[in-house]
Amino acid sequence: MKELTTKLLVIGGGPGGYVAAIRAGQLGIPTVLAEGAQLGGTCLNIGCIPSKALIHAAENFETARHQAAGSQLGIRVADPQIDIAQTVRWKDGIVTRLTGGVGALLRKAGVKVLKGWAQIEDGKTAIVQVDGEAVRVRCEHLLLATGSDPVELHSMPFGGPGGPIWSSTDALSPDILPKRLVVVGAGYIGLELGMAYRKLGVDVTVVEAAQRVLPGYDEELTQPVLDALQKSGIVLHLGCSVQGWDAEHGVHVRSDERAEEFALPAERVLVAVGRRPRTAGFGLESLQLTMAGRHVAIDGHCRTSMRNVWAIGDVTGEPMLAHRAMAQGECVAEQIAGKNRSFAPVAIPAVCFTDPEVVVAGKTPGEARAAGIDCIDAAFPFAANGRAMTLEATGGFVRVVARKSDHVILGWQAVGRGVSELAAAFGQSLELGARLEDVGHTIHAHPTLGEAVQEAALRALGQALHI
Amino acid sequence: MGIYVIRVPDIGEGIAEVELVTWNVQPGDSVTEDQHLADVMTDKATVEVPSPVHGKVISLGGAVGQVMAVGAELVRLEVEGEGNLKENSAPTPTSKAQAAPVSVAVPAPVATPVAPPASAPAPKAAPARAARPAAVARKEGERPLAAPSVRRRALDLGIDLRLVHGSGPAARIEHHDLDAFAAGGGQAAAVGSQYVERHGEEAIPVIGLRRKIAQKMQDAKRRIPHFSYVEEVDVTELEALRQQLNKIHGATRGKLTLLPFLARAMVLALRDFPQINARFDDDAGVVTRHEGVHLGIAAQTDGGLMVPVLRHAESLDLWACAAGIARVAEGAKSGKLGRDELSGSTITLTSLGALGGIVSTPVINHPEVAIVGVNRMVERPMLRNGQVVARQLMNLSSSFDHRVVDGMDAAQFIQAIRQLLETPALLFVE
Repeated sequence: MKELTTKLLVIGGGPGGYVAAIRAGQLGIPTVLAEGAQLGGTCLNIGCIPSKALIHAAENFETARHQAAGSQLGIRVADPQIDIAQTVRWKDGIVTRLTGGVGALLRKAGVKVLKGWAQIEDGKTAIVQVDGEAVRVRCEHLLLATGSDPVELHSMPFGGPGGPIWSSTDALSPDILPKRLVVVGAGYIGLELGMAYRKLGVDVTVVEAAQRVLPGYDEELTQPVLDALQKSGIVLHLGCSVQGWDAEHGVHVRSDERAEEFALPAERVLVAVGRRPRTAGFGLESLQLTMAGRHVAIDGHCRTSMRNVWAIGDVTGEPMLAHRAMAQGECVAEQIAGKNRSFAPVAIPAVCFTDPEVVVAGKTPGEARAAGIDCIDAAFPFAANGRAMTLEATGGFVRVVARKSDHVILGWQAVGRGVSELAAAFGQSLELGARLEDVGHTIHAHPTLGEAVQEAALRALGQALHI
Repeated sequence: MGIYVIRVPDIGEGIAEVELVTWNVQPGDSVTEDQHLADVMTDKATVEVPSPVHGKVISLGGAVGQVMAVGAELVRLEVEGEGNLKENSAPTPTSKAQAAPVSVAVPAPVATPVAPPASAPAPKAAPARAARPAAVARKEGERPLAAPSVRRRALDLGIDLRLVHGSGPAARIEHHDLDAFAAGGGQAAAVGSQYVERHGEEAIPVIGLRRKIAQKMQDAKRRIPHFSYVEEVDVTELEALRQQLNKIHGATRGKLTLLPFLARAMVLALRDFPQINARFDDDAGVVTRHEGVHLGIAAQTDGGLMVPVLRHAESLDLWACAAGIARVAEGAKSGKLGRDELSGSTITLTSLGALGGIVSTPVINHPEVAIVGVNRMVERPMLRNGQVVARQLMNLSSSFDHRVVDGMDAAQFIQAIRQLLETPALLFVE
């Protein structure tokens, strides 16, 4: 068997793993990265990037259809069509460009990439199957960056893009545009894709066990999303559980409240009920690491319970976000290089690319109060923002939460079209320890949606100008 | 309704001004006849100022710490019927503000009462206290506020930010705070350590008795060239005698400490050293020798050091002397002494008892010319006739005004006291 000795072995080439490997390479650490699929992980291949591409295409198609139906803006379009196969090719092109870019960056950093699945032997050894040949890699440091998988329902196993039951991965490379799509789960993945398919002209029905959509977010924030869902014609079945599926009747749904069962006919069913850390099938069990539920337990330095075995990203649990994994990856690489680092961000922003978008960073008013903090909060609606009017996007608001005693900002929430880009401002003000006055007395360019950020801070101070 | 003005009382003995020490009322308070309004302090005594009438306080004539002239307006009351003020004239500013260490806000006499507290407040803390900056005051588990660049540098320097004082807005830790912390060498402190830098400060105005003490000490050290003399005294015999006397007479006449014996020894020794039982008016250039021994007794009180006076110690036997010392020391603590027992001492005796230490350098109670300090008594092995024996030893640390007391005289004076104490029978031989 071929043998390879290195200082750092990274298992997984997703955002966490490849960033860790690049940073380690930059710091002169001999690094090997093992990845069985394409570089870039879920994020680049079957997650963030392709879903945003599909959402963008869907939005454009919807705009064209909207204009064909008679536009207020005076634009006239005749009978738009969509070639979904071309859409998927375009999306795949972007993915290929990005994953290719990751490969180039890794090469530039001097990282040896082994294209194959790794099997852990012990805390310092793994065997990677490269083109049918086993390579034993010995390392000083082992970094687990294995990511997560979509959760499957027992009654409805995933069947790939051509099958009736879709995972989010399949929904991003559709073989056809189904006539009827049932989405199971009204979390951000289900709603992002459900809304995109609706815009592509598909009849979409969403089934959710909780009583409201985006149950992880507060109700005030999700209300504009709910309004948009209803306006778009998506049928919602809240408080309902899915019992099974058959080709003849479609999805069997049980309403917990009314205690009745009914069938939802569906050509395709997208199951988006969550993601599960990928901890099985590659020998991780043999390390006997301390687990926290289903994910690998780590401390504030991304260390597992075994010395020199590190873990980052989705395999370490919530929040399962690419930018968290990247920051953790950088943190681990620098520690291996001998620097004193810890993973202790003030906030990890999270975005739902629904329409309208939702972005949260830091604490909500409810979370701050639950933590025993005497806080103030204020919201500024986009209805009072000039730029929002010109974008035909006056729904939603920006909300700020600050400590009452010294006005230090604790959290931001926003909902509205295009608010995902505000995450940068939110993250910065939180990490810098800004106070309401700092943001309120910063000139924000006019006319932009960002003015709502400034106005929310001013409103919390009782000084809002445009409301 | 009339206006009744209470003025700073004439305390007598030619005192022209007093210092305002405590207010027991605030504008808006109702007062009854004989109610204790304020404390004013003279050189020696604190005097309570009562209200001669019923009424309601309209204004106060000064702030705590202010020195006021006798006759100046102290309190203005609103009373039933006619007051003692004909025309409703504004209070005349007859008080002069003394340079207090912290500028004490002088409330202008206003007609509208400011929210009166229900109870009589203690002397108000200076405003500087309220203006104290919030120091490292993070709640348990609260993260220190710092920008990512600061946090990163702290990690590189190995500094736990929880221990660092933040000088920025909302106590945010800035780069220069890190620099200061690193320069202070505080980087090794363990996580959760109690060894944190503290940055609070509190301004305590030096007023009242403390100001008197400060002036007195300053005066003594500035005017008097002190010289100190320490001698060891074997008090074994004296201790035996004291215990014997206490055994025989303790129940009926009261217990004796060493002090009355010392007082007696000083009285006897001073007969041969009249220049030491004296007061030196250095402004006039006159030393006044006294036949009577008025013994100042340094006493610690809650307010600070006071020196009440045991008058005519030469006329008192041991028990009368012990009772006298106890009475004036207690009186000083409770503020119950008359003026004659607070001034006029001719020499001072100071003792910290068990805390007496080995040596002290007492400060002369100006205008006296000498002070005798008593150090701790300890049992020590001593050589007596070639034998090591256990003896009770005690040092006397004394200071003299070298302008008028020569070293030779001072030494002989202390040797005389030593001889008397070591052969205690001599204390009773006239």
